[in-house]
Amino acid sequence: MSKYVIVGGSATGMGAIEAIREVDLLGCITLISEEVCPYYSRPMISDLVSGKADFNKMKCREDNFWKKNNVLAIVGQKAVNLNLSEKKITLDNNELIKYEKLLIATGGTPFIPKIKGGNKKGVYSFTTISDATLLESKIEKSKNVVVVGGGLIGVSVTEALVNRGLKVTMVELKDHILSLILDEKSSEMIQKAIEEAGVTILTGKTIKEIIGKPNNEKLVAGAILTDGNKIDCDLIIIAIGVIPRIDITKKTNLKTNRGILVNRRMETNIADVYSAGDVAEAYDFLLEENRLLPLWPLAYQEGKVAGYNMAGKDVIYSGGTAMSSLKYFNMPIITFGITNPKEIKDFEILTKFIPKKKIYKKILLKNNKIVGLTFINEIEKAGIFFQLLKQGINIKKFKRTLISDEFGIASLPKSLRKKIFEVD
Amino acid sequence: MKKIISKQQYCMGCGLCEVYCTVSHSKSKDIIKAYNRENPRPVSRINLEVQKPVSFALQCRHCEDAPCVDACLTGAMKKDSESGIVTHDYEKCIGCWTCIMICPYGAIMRDNTGKAVSKCDLCSEFGEPACVTHCPNRALVYKEVKL
Repeated sequence: MSKYVIVGGSATGMGAIEAIREVDLLGCITLISEEVCPYYSRPMISDLVSGKADFNKMKCREDNFWKKNNVLAIVGQKAVNLNLSEKKITLDNNELIKYEKLLIATGGTPFIPKIKGGNKKGVYSFTTISDATLLESKIEKSKNVVVVGGGLIGVSVTEALVNRGLKVTMVELKDHILSLILDEKSSEMIQKAIEEAGVTILTGKTIKEIIGKPNNEKLVAGAILTDGNKIDCDLIIIAIGVIPRIDITKKTNLKTNRGILVNRRMETNIADVYSAGDVAEAYDFLLEENRLLPLWPLAYQEGKVAGYNMAGKDVIYSGGTAMSSLKYFNMPIITFGITNPKEIKDFEILTKFIPKKKIYKKILLKNNKIVGLTFINEIEKAGIFFQLLKQGINIKKFKRTLISDEFGIASLPKSLRKKIFEVD
Repeated sequence: MKKIISKQQYCMGCGLCEVYCTVSHSKSKDIIKAYNRENPRPVSRINLEVQKPVSFALQCRHCEDAPCVDACLTGAMKKDSESGIVTHDYEKCIGCWTCIMICPYGAIMRDNTGKAVSKCDLCSEFGEPACVTHCPNRALVYKEVKL
């Protein structure tokens, strides 16, 4: 019997362990992880492929992290069955583990659509360290790569492959890349930077068939696009997105939608069972609803909230919202909130665009409140705006300063500086 | 813990805090060399905020519940449990800008390489941070604050 059992040891599991130990120094924590060393930075796998980081640099906690926190880690094992009425978990080696409080932090799994020929050798996904090491081992013998998906993962793996001297073609189904987080103008700016690095970007299409080599059908030789064109390649990376890994909940009464449903204490509908991170649908404070937001900082925070509550400290999750910062192709970008709305008439939009310096700033307002932002190249102080957004501050009195170069906390009324920012 | 407190009523907006922050984090620790010879020049980790007549200097507040520590993708930002200082491990930083996105004070900046961030480290090897020592009107004080 373990007081706390955590399934999954990445950001959410780390957050939960650290929060539990803030409250309860002694209660037994058991961590079940398929990965042998899961406390590494998943977003850094592209740095591994590009050669900028080794696994040691990728670890986001010290080597004694589990020992220091008195965690019993069962690694290389998968939790395959949950018996929630008897509070038992079965592992794939048939071991049974009993728990008092359970956290399901199984994260996400890459979404791989069914493509004709998709089972050939040379088709990879890109979310874990094993994906990255496998890809890394293929680079030397490869020349041309097709990256399917122009989202964050697609852009990050593209940069890594370009750094390694490969010729990349990026294929994106939507009209522009990074369409979930960027408007058309900012998307064009980063697209141009990526193309200048030698990448071919094809939008409005995807791949419909993967073809094999004439002498070995099982090896990737190219991809046929939905427009009928063919691209020769040795590797294909599917980077369309991640979906919650909820298979373990299938035979249980746990309520799920696309992810596991949780309240703002990260409790599921079953007593003593919690969920957080990419597998859960947690609270978005801007949209005021629960939804999937598979983002590292939120996964960690949600894990912490779950951990506190599991250990008996009542903590309500203040919520997250869409937020991304990008470092790729020498174009720093920060975006959060609503950045590319369908109906712009509902919003007041402040913009600044200096093409020569590749500076773009756009702030979306609704009823005099900040609801979204995009900053390119001039990203400093974005966090002040995030705070104004999160606190729902009325910005009417200092609206004209928002987009100015001098904007800072000094631009805010004194009462606000004192109250929200605790600065005189 | 000891923190830098900014006294707006005394700040003249002279900017010497930024100058001496830059010098303190330069290789040479010499104002002439730091400004004329070090290329790229270290960035100031303190922001002089000016909206006349208001001016004050602002740097990392070393928050109790530091959002940058929670959000950091790599473990480069840490809260030292003994000193209370939010430390930034340059070697672990990959310049993902997540902390810049989340810092409510806008107190984290890209460093001069553009590959990592930079922020106040309470450079107290001379007893107190350089910005405090060199503030001509004592608008910056380094003192113990209750948490």
